[in-house]
Amino acid sequence: MKAFTVVTSKIAPLDRPNVDTDAIIPKQYLKSIRRTGFGPFLFDDWRYQDPGDLQIDPATRRINPDFVLNQPAHQGAQILIARDNFGCGSSREHAVWALDDYGFRAVIAPSFADIFFSNCFKNGVLPVVLKPEEVQALFEGVAKNPDAQFTIDLPAQQIKLPCGNTFSFEIDAGRKHNMVEGLDEIGTTLQKADAIRAYEARRAQQAPWLFAS
Amino acid sequence: MSRNDPPKTLYEKIWDDHLVEDLGGGLSLLYIDRHLVHEVTSPQAFDGLRLNHRQPWRLAANLAVPDHNVPTVDRALGIKDPISRAQLEALDANCAEFGITKFELMDRRQGIVHVIGPEQGATLPGMTVVCGDSHTATHGAFGALAFGIGTSEVEHALATQTLVMAKAKTMLIRVNGPVGPGVTAKDITLAIIGRIGTAGGTGHVIEYAGEAIEDLSMEGRMTLCNMAIEGGARAGLVAVDDKTMAYVKGRPFAPKPEHWDAAVAYWSTLKSDPGASFDKVVEIDATSIQPQVSWGTSPEMVLPVSAAVPNPAAEADPVKRSGMEKALKYMGLEAGTPIAQIAIDKVFIGSCTNSRIEDIRAAAAVVKGKKKADSVKLAMVVPGSGLVKEQAEAEGLDKVFLDAGFEWREPGCSMCLAMNADRLEPGERCASTSNRNFEGRQGAGGRTHLVSPAMAAAAGVAGHFVDVRTLS
Ligand code: SF4
Repeated sequence: MKAFTVVTSKIAPLDRPNVDTDAIIPKQYLKSIRRTGFGPFLFDDWRYQDPGDLQIDPATRRINPDFVLNQPAHQGAQILIARDNFGCGSSREHAVWALDDYGFRAVIAPSFADIFFSNCFKNGVLPVVLKPEEVQALFEGVAKNPDAQFTIDLPAQQIKLPCGNTFSFEIDAGRKHNMVEGLDEIGTTLQKADAIRAYEARRAQQAPWLFAS
Repeated sequence: MSRNDPPKTLYEKIWDDHLVEDLGGGLSLLYIDRHLVHEVTSPQAFDGLRLNHRQPWRLAANLAVPDHNVPTVDRALGIKDPISRAQLEALDANCAEFGITKFELMDRRQGIVHVIGPEQGATLPGMTVVCGDSHTATHGAFGALAFGIGTSEVEHALATQTLVMAKAKTMLIRVNGPVGPGVTAKDITLAIIGRIGTAGGTGHVIEYAGEAIEDLSMEGRMTLCNMAIEGGARAGLVAVDDKTMAYVKGRPFAPKPEHWDAAVAYWSTLKSDPGASFDKVVEIDATSIQPQVSWGTSPEMVLPVSAAVPNPAAEADPVKRSGMEKALKYMGLEAGTPIAQIAIDKVFIGSCTNSRIEDIRAAAAVVKGKKKADSVKLAMVVPGSGLVKEQAEAEGLDKVFLDAGFEWREPGCSMCLAMNADRLEPGERCASTSNRNFEGRQGAGGRTHLVSPAMAAAAGVAGHFVDVRTLS
C-alpha cells in the first residue's frame, strides 16, 4: 500500500452531506474486474450530462460544467472536502479506488460512514474527521481562494491552513502506523499465523460445530 | 459468565469469543467464521491472492453465489451483457481455481447472498459473518456479528480468516409494545432510520430489542437488521431465542445432531446480560409506527403513509434544507403533496430486504383477486432464492401475481441496484421493497420510494400509494 505522510495541495469543495458510494462510483462500473481505471468515472452522474458505462470512452462524453470538480479552479486538487456522513451506502471499495485514481490522497469531512472509512485505510487514502465548524472554515477558505495550499501532516495529526492556523485530528494509533509505513496488512497478519491457529484449536474445543466440515 | 464478571452486551460476547489478539493502537485481530462471496466485490481479491501466491486459509468457511448481475428472465439463454458475463465467469474460474464451494446460476439454491446464507444454515448464531456487501448486516438477525467489508478485506478474510478491526460502540434500540396490524418489520426499520438518521448508528453496532422485535419472525428480523447499515451501523443484532434455533435446525450447513445440544447450550447465552451498558439507548413506541414511505433520496427521508411531502422552508438547518430541496427536485415532488396521492410507474418486490417467503406471501395476500393498475407499466416480483421461488410456487403464489398482471421472475438482486437489465428509466417512479433510494440507484434518473411488500403490492394495484390498513 502507498504510504501517507505529508500532502500539500489545494482543496476541492464538494458541498453536500450524505455523499453515497453509488454517487461516488455508479454501479455500471462495478462490473469491471480490475482495481484501477475508475478515476474518469468518479462522481459520474454529476460530472457528465450523458450516461456512461465501461464501454464508452469518457473523453467523448458531455461534461457538466456546473459540477465543482469540472471547474478549472479545482483541477489538480489532491484533497476533497465534503459534509457529514461521506461514503455512506454500499461497501464498494471501488469508491476509494475511484477517488485514488482521480488523484485524491485525502478526504476531509465532519463524519464518514464506517465501511468507506475503513476501506480508505487499505488504499492509502486518508479520511480526516474535523469538527463541522473547522470543515466550514475550510469551505470558506477555498471559496475565497481556490488556489490556497493546505498541508495534511499525518505524523503530526494536523492540517495547516494558509493563514498559519492548524486544526488537529484524531486517528487510531494502529491505523496511523499502517498508513505512515504503507504496510501490507495481509502480510502483517500472516506473521501471526500461529496465533490464528492457536485460536482455531481453542475454539474448536468450545464450538466444534463450527469446524465440523 | 462467572458471578464476578461485569455484565456484557451481546456484541461484546461475540467480540470476545472471536478475539485472536489485541494488536494495540485501538485495533484487534478478529476471527471470521463465515465468509460469503459474490461476483462483484471478489475478483480483485482473488487477483490479490494470485499476485502474492497466497491460498485461502480455510476453504470450508467460504460460500459463493452469483446474484448482483444475474438475469431474472430467460436464464437458460445465458447472460447477454458481455461485461456482466465476464464477471460471472471470473467468479466461476476463481472458485474453481481455489476450491471454494459455489452455487451455480442454474442451481435451485442460487439466490441473493443474504437470503441463501440463512436459508442454508451457513449463518449461525454467535458467528462472525462477513461479505463484500454492506447488507451483510442482515445476518445479525441470528445473533451473529455480521458486517459488510470492502474488497481489500475480502482478500484479507480469504487469506487469513481474520480481519483487523477497531471495536465499535454499542447502541440499543428498544421498540416497546406491539406494532399495530399492517405494520411490518420494514416499517419498523424505516421508522427507526427516520428517527436516528442515516448517520445515527455510525461507529456503533445496533442491538434491537423490545416486544415488537421479539414478536418478529426470523424473516422479519432479517428485514430489520438488513437496514442497520442505512442507519449508519455496520452491524445490527437481535438476541437468540427459540425462534432462532427453530429456524436453524435441520438446514444443510447447520450443526449435525451430535453437536446440536452443545450448540443450543452455547447459543442460549447469546443475549445481552441484564445490566449491560450501551453507549447509546434509543426508545421507540411501537404503537406509534405506521406504514412508511420514503419521499427523498436518502433512507432517512421517510414518513408515515398518512403524511404529506415535507416543506424544506420549514427546516432550520441550512445543510439539511438544501439536501431536502435537492431531493424534492430529483424526485419530482412538490412540498405538501399527500404521500397517498403520489402515482407510481413501476413496482419492485424483491431484494435482500424483502424477498423471503413471508414477504412474497404478504404481497400476494394484497394482490389476490385484484389487477395491477393500468397506469403501472411494470410490477415485478423477484424471489430471493430458487428455494423461495419453489416454495412460493408450491403455494400457488406465482399464479396470484401472474393473474393480477404482475411479473414473476428468477432470483437475484435485480432492480435493487439495476446492474442487470432490470432498471428504471429516467423519471420513472417506483414503489420498491429494497433498501436504498439514492439518486440513480435503480437506474439513472429513476425515483425510488422504499416501502414494505404489502405497501408495494397495494400501490401496484391502486396506481399510487395507499395505506394497507384501509384495504379490505
Ligand atoms: S439485493 Fe440489493 S442490497 Fe441486497 S445484496 Fe443485492 S444489490 Fe445489495
